[in-house]
Amino acid sequence: MVDWDLLRSSAWPLLQGLVLGTIPLTAASFALGLAIAVVVALMRLSPLRAVTGVARVYVSAIRGTPLLVQLFIVFFALPSVGLTIDPWPSAILALSLNVGGYASEVVRSAILSVPRGQWEAAATVGMGYGTTLRRVVLPQASRLAVPPLSNTLISLVKDTSLVSVVTVTELFRVAQQIAAPTYQFLTLYSLAAVYYWVVCALLAAVQDRLEVRLNRYVTA
Amino acid sequence: MSAPLLEARGLRKSFGDNHVLRGVDVAVPTGGVSVLIGPSGSGKTTVLRCLNALERPEAGSVRIGDVSVDFAAMPPRRRAAQRAEAALRAQSGMVFQSHHLFPHRTVLENLLEGPVVVQGRPREEVRAQAVSLLERVGLGGREDSLPSQLSGGQQQRVGIARALSIKPQVVLFDEPTSSLDPELVGEVLAVMRDLAEGGTTMVVVTHEIRFAQQVADQVLFLDGGVVVERGPAAQVIADPHEERTRRFLKRLLDPL
Repeated sequence: MVDWDLLRSSAWPLLQGLVLGTIPLTAASFALGLAIAVVVALMRLSPLRAVTGVARVYVSAIRGTPLLVQLFIVFFALPSVGLTIDPWPSAILALSLNVGGYASEVVRSAILSVPRGQWEAAATVGMGYGTTLRRVVLPQASRLAVPPLSNTLISLVKDTSLVSVVTVTELFRVAQQIAAPTYQFLTLYSLAAVYYWVVCALLAAVQDRLEVRLNRYVTA
Repeated sequence: MSAPLLEARGLRKSFGDNHVLRGVDVAVPTGGVSVLIGPSGSGKTTVLRCLNALERPEAGSVRIGDVSVDFAAMPPRRRAAQRAEAALRAQSGMVFQSHHLFPHRTVLENLLEGPVVVQGRPREEVRAQAVSLLERVGLGGREDSLPSQLSGGQQQRVGIARALSIKPQVVLFDEPTSSLDPELVGEVLAVMRDLAEGGTTMVVVTHEIRFAQQVADQVLFLDGGVVVERGPAAQVIADPHEERTRRFLKRLLDPL
């Protein structure tokens, strides 16, 4: 069953995989993905048909194909057209494009939930599109977007395990590497699962506190 | 007589087949208070929203001071049109029916957005001005409150102070008391009367006939997208010439 000595000796390498692999991958992909999401959401809300069209196709393609396939295209297929990207950048690229697709829908609906009157009030004190977005709409939209975006973030933490297949060293790949020669699959994969669980539980707790903070200006 | 400060000519606007405005003219002299009354759907709010280009009429022109926009002459969404509309909008402040304060900013911050963030005036100077504006609307000391911590009447008074914060030539009021509890209406009307007496040029859409009678110089009665009757407040309200005005006022003053 569980090999307790191996469990103890694996705790540290797995923690390294988490801290040096999973967490930076998640942070970088989420930050980039969020930036993509805001841009794509604004494109979808544009009055220009061509711009909306591009955004629609992007979101449809990302949501309509498996993340694993997207990862393989970036890492294994792009080199055949002369575009070779290292494992880490490939992983971040694929993950952030994926996050961008999903999160853009969240951002778009959050922007649409800010009352029209807020845009109008901003216009009457002289704000243009960019200033209104930055000072009035996005701060209010972010409050609405926190719960669904936390979902996206928590999914991302777990999705990073997929990049073990493109040789990026992160939590799950370390577990696989220790498990393979020792055949202690139950021990290693359970330990990896616990690590993921703890990280996600911590993120959920942060989400709760953030929601309380962002709700402070809302009338009960 | 000198030219009016605000002048709108031939405003036409339709939403699909619904012709909301069928050629409306408005003229307000400097320091004048004009009140627009009329049944719902008469177009009075649309007129007001055309005066600051929140609504874009298909035809007609609006001039405030020396900034004017001829809407028919400019294709919408072009840079030049947007610039002209922004320039016109900068001439007026707007008070909304449901205040539309920025809920994530304090009362003071609501008053700094326009002058500091947009106009780039020095923060300290604007801050002093904002504090005195708040005192003027009876909210001295509430600088650091959030809008959600204020009553409806207080929120609307902050809305008025925010409209004044950009130092507009004209202040537009869109049914400023219609969404307030009846006992809070008075405090908002009192602030508006005070502004009028201080020489602020105002255009007010309202159902408060007593306010119109006591404060307005000019009353315009709109129905079906046209100005049916206009004249001195006392005359239009006490002795309307038009049958439609008479019926509207009778129903408003004596609903039973």
